[in-house]
Amino acid sequence: MEEPLKIIVLVKHVPDAQFDRHLSGPDNTLDRSESILSELDEYALEAALQLIEARGGEAAGNRVIALSMGPAGAVNAIKKSLQIGASEGVHLSDDALAGSDAAATSLALAAAVRHLGADAPADLVITGMASTDGETSLVPAQLAERLGLPQVTFAASLEINGGTLTARREGDTSALTVEADLPAVVSVTDQINDPRYPNFKGIMAAKKKTITTLSLADIGVDPAQVGRSGSWTAVETAEARPPRTAGTIITDEGDAGIRLVDFLAAQKLL
Amino acid sequence: MAHVLVFIDNPGEALKKSSLELLTLARSLGEASAAVTGELHDGAAATLGDYGVHALYRPSAADLEDYLVAPKAAFLAAAVRESGATTVVLDNTAESREIAARAGIKLEAGVITDVVAVDPDGTAHKPVLAGSYTTTARATTAVALLTVKANSITAEPAAEATAPQTATVEVPADAGAAARVVSRSAKAASGRPDLTEARVVVAGGRGVEGNFGPLEELADALGGAVGASRAATDAGWIGHDAQIGQTGKTVSPQLYISAGISGAIQQKAGMQTAQVIVAVNKDAESPVFEIADFGIIGDLFQVLPQATEEINKRKG
Repeated sequence: MEEPLKIIVLVKHVPDAQFDRHLSGPDNTLDRSESILSELDEYALEAALQLIEARGGEAAGNRVIALSMGPAGAVNAIKKSLQIGASEGVHLSDDALAGSDAAATSLALAAAVRHLGADAPADLVITGMASTDGETSLVPAQLAERLGLPQVTFAASLEINGGTLTARREGDTSALTVEADLPAVVSVTDQINDPRYPNFKGIMAAKKKTITTLSLADIGVDPAQVGRSGSWTAVETAEARPPRTAGTIITDEGDAGIRLVDFLAAQKLL
Repeated sequence: MAHVLVFIDNPGEALKKSSLELLTLARSLGEASAAVTGELHDGAAATLGDYGVHALYRPSAADLEDYLVAPKAAFLAAAVRESGATTVVLDNTAESREIAARAGIKLEAGVITDVVAVDPDGTAHKPVLAGSYTTTARATTAVALLTVKANSITAEPAAEATAPQTATVEVPADAGAAARVVSRSAKAASGRPDLTEARVVVAGGRGVEGNFGPLEELADALGGAVGASRAATDAGWIGHDAQIGQTGKTVSPQLYISAGISGAIQQKAGMQTAQVIVAVNKDAESPVFEIADFGIIGDLFQVLPQATEEINKRKG
């Protein structure tokens, strides 16, 4: 019998990228009114669920904890994660976290991961390849650095044998196979699996699952270390890009290829 | 004078175009130096001088490639301390961003990704929310780490070449726990420019129906790269590397030709900052026509080969 796994999956509540998104206010922060569980986090959750199911699931003592940092609405991303199959939820929420950049976010998340590992350290922290709002992909690497754990990021496959994790990472010029000893911080790409949808059973089961709320005081973080004051970068101005407008549209009458070349020549693009 | 350090990861035989752009940017901001990992061939070393590099920092250990990210970040942080640089520029690849991310924690330095321009006072310009906003941002720390998108600056050699002084930087033995690289398989080179660096991108989607031939021929006639929508990469018609969009690459070429792509928002996220967009699609209702500078409602298998033939004819 293999040792049960304790996996923390980081989930983020983000504005739905299907619609227009807006920056507002003196700090140019994102309007989060129409938000959902980040699409890319569903792959992280699926990867975690597949790992524990291969070892007998929750019945065998395996756990997947969905951890989200964010304002009150972030609890919705946690609820969705519980419906999909996470065992329990943790919401790190504190007014002082507002405006945190990647460095401040990774500091708070590292403290939360340590706090959740007080009884038994997590074997894995799994994240998506990026958030669909910030799009920087900095947090997983910074979390690994702060926790002193190996980072296995942009994993397109994931396997655990004993205490060793093996993953495939697709680079631009080469494909790598990487190995790390557990515990580790992992981020997964959208190539790794096909995330499941919550079913009725999952939605009903989620109602009985626990969501714990943590404040900065609970995890031992000084409010000055996070939020705008603890961030190492600041956004100074934000300007909406003028929307692109449609140009000339033609219907092919047998010479569209030539008219395309005429257009390119006129634009000096040949 | 500000000291700007350029991080160049494993340059190979010759410096990449994006590295030349970074060196040019560094010179415009102050005195340029370079931290280079991997083997440094004579040609690449000479180019560093041509681009005005004053000091060259090299790692004491040669096995940085055997581990993922962590030791390179440790080397970069050590090189920043050794050089006294206040601004560090890297390219914007996934790995470079991660190297910057970890070096940033070690140096307590702010990291700004996706930078397209840097003002003399250090203000960085970057698009956010898939290009729908342009922002200016600053690191509020003593050192700033900036990852700069390809094609943002025109590379130019220095007016006067330099002979860089080389210094070896000790990579700390306690670089931290790291994942080991156990195997590496190089991907076949297409002979076309890199997708994120290309001046012209020809991209195909569902409408290509598995046949990228006409797109490749048009790309070659224009000296461009070939990209794809997620539908085409998921179908296995072309490698995942070619994917443009929210979960793929973001491109800002001078010319983007979209063929057989409907232009859903995920695709748009990867290409809407292109200077000129051309779209070819059979379906007149495709959203891509709302943002195209020149749209053709027609069959890409007719239009593209005709355009390729015409371009080759005009080139004589």
